[in-house]
Amino acid sequence: MADKIVLEIARYSPESDHEPHFESYEVPVRREWVVLDALNHIKDTVDGSLTYRWSCRMGICGSCGMMVNGEPKLTCATFLSSYARNGNKVRVEPLRYFPIVRDLVTELGGFVSKLKKAKPWLIRSDERPLSQGEYLQTPEQLDRYKQFSMCINCTLCYAACPVVGLDPIFIGPAALALAQRYNMDSRDQGSAERTAVLAHPDGVWGCTFVGECTRVCPKHVDPAGAIQQYKIAAVIDWLKSFVTPRGRDARHVSNQAAND
Amino acid sequence: MTKHASNEPFFWILFSAGGMMAAIFIPIHLFLFGVAFPLTWLKAPSYDQLMSLARLPLVRVYLFVLCSLPLFHWAHRFRYTLYDGLKVKHLNELIFALCYGGAAVGMIIAAYLLWNIG
Amino acid sequence: MPGMSATKQQTIRPAPAYTEFHPRWYRPKVSVHWWLGEWHYLKFILRELSSVFVAWFVVETLLLIDALRGGPQTYAHFLRTMQNPVMIIVNIISLFFVVFHTITWFNLAPSATPIRLGGKRLPDVMVSAPAYVAWAVVSGFICWMVLR
Repeated sequence: MADKIVLEIARYSPESDHEPHFESYEVPVRREWVVLDALNHIKDTVDGSLTYRWSCRMGICGSCGMMVNGEPKLTCATFLSSYARNGNKVRVEPLRYFPIVRDLVTELGGFVSKLKKAKPWLIRSDERPLSQGEYLQTPEQLDRYKQFSMCINCTLCYAACPVVGLDPIFIGPAALALAQRYNMDSRDQGSAERTAVLAHPDGVWGCTFVGECTRVCPKHVDPAGAIQQYKIAAVIDWLKSFVTPRGRDARHVSNQAAND
Repeated sequence: MTKHASNEPFFWILFSAGGMMAAIFIPIHLFLFGVAFPLTWLKAPSYDQLMSLARLPLVRVYLFVLCSLPLFHWAHRFRYTLYDGLKVKHLNELIFALCYGGAAVGMIIAAYLLWNIG
Repeated sequence: MPGMSATKQQTIRPAPAYTEFHPRWYRPKVSVHWWLGEWHYLKFILRELSSVFVAWFVVETLLLIDALRGGPQTYAHFLRTMQNPVMIIVNIISLFFVVFHTITWFNLAPSATPIRLGGKRLPDVMVSAPAYVAWAVVSGFICWMVLR
């Protein structure tokens, strides 16, 4: 295995650049190094102006997502050795389909507001007083949504989803998967409230099941599966709305919310 | 877009049903009539054989479904492919009309042909 | 203004007041050829385009039914048309795409319809396997109906 590897890193300085360009850095290859280690090495010893996000360096905070050779990856979980072995260069770019603030840092405000639309918190129509104790849940009830709860908001799925790139208003995989996570939580009573916003052409119906989000997710959340399950739930809600008077009102609320 | 907010499930149901129908029933039909019979791997049914089958009410209903649901599957999928593949979402009313309209025309033709097949 | 050229559709806007704390973001454009950039994207578009071959099959079947209505001669003419080498090639390609649709459809269905039994979710293969079996059984039945 080579003892050095070249990283081609996208640089963008808003003060002086109109668009990003690539700069090459040669970095030593240590057997246990990941791409994040290489970036830290460059920032420490070569070019202190290199700007990127990172935190836990162990795949749980979701900060260090970047495009590595065209694939969305957590750079703390992507080993240099697999690229060095093949004699490849490593091309590092900011996550696709987001505005770029500087170098490898993406603007996440849009993502955060989309996440908020999914209301990823427990919604109760009847709050129980503390004196009644905790909401109890069996292991089976937990199992129903646990996979979707593993999301670390790293936005790799947004970088993988072509619909996110083509339709900036599309809510996106993580937000929809998290909405489904709460819809399937036995303690939650808010699925009607979420559906009002999400059963919408730029919500759940914008998804065409490309499946890339699931392929790149580092926590195996399977957002594509969550979204298809949400579609089926939305269809059942829609069919019910023709039968039940409450459902009819929900449909009017949904049209109202969609118009807002 | 919002006026379709509550109609999308209807088209998605048609898309799913059509997709399942197409997945299970179309390959064998296409294999027989498109490949096996023309290449004489298998003997094509005679006019009388096929016609006696096609006259059966149940078979005519089956053929009607076979020629309708998959068209709506195509309409939905093709509509989204045009939106995403060619980035023509701004033409969405026209695309909507051409896709589902085309499927509806096909369904009407199927109904007409099968109603009095002979 | 750097980076802001006027096109026929856009008017020249005055430069926003970018500050030290809100610099100019770079907004990459998504090309209309996005689906050619990656094998996974291309596979997705091919899967979606399989619907065109599904529609083509329906057209062919309507032509067959029309030929049957016309009598033995039109039916024979239809069969001869299907033997045209161009038609055979088109139909072989169609068959490939239709089978591609079937396989991708069955393989994706389990993630949309998770089945829970005894407190646990069934493995995906146990949800897609019955679909393949149904496909085989139905295909056999249709063969029998048409060939006997």
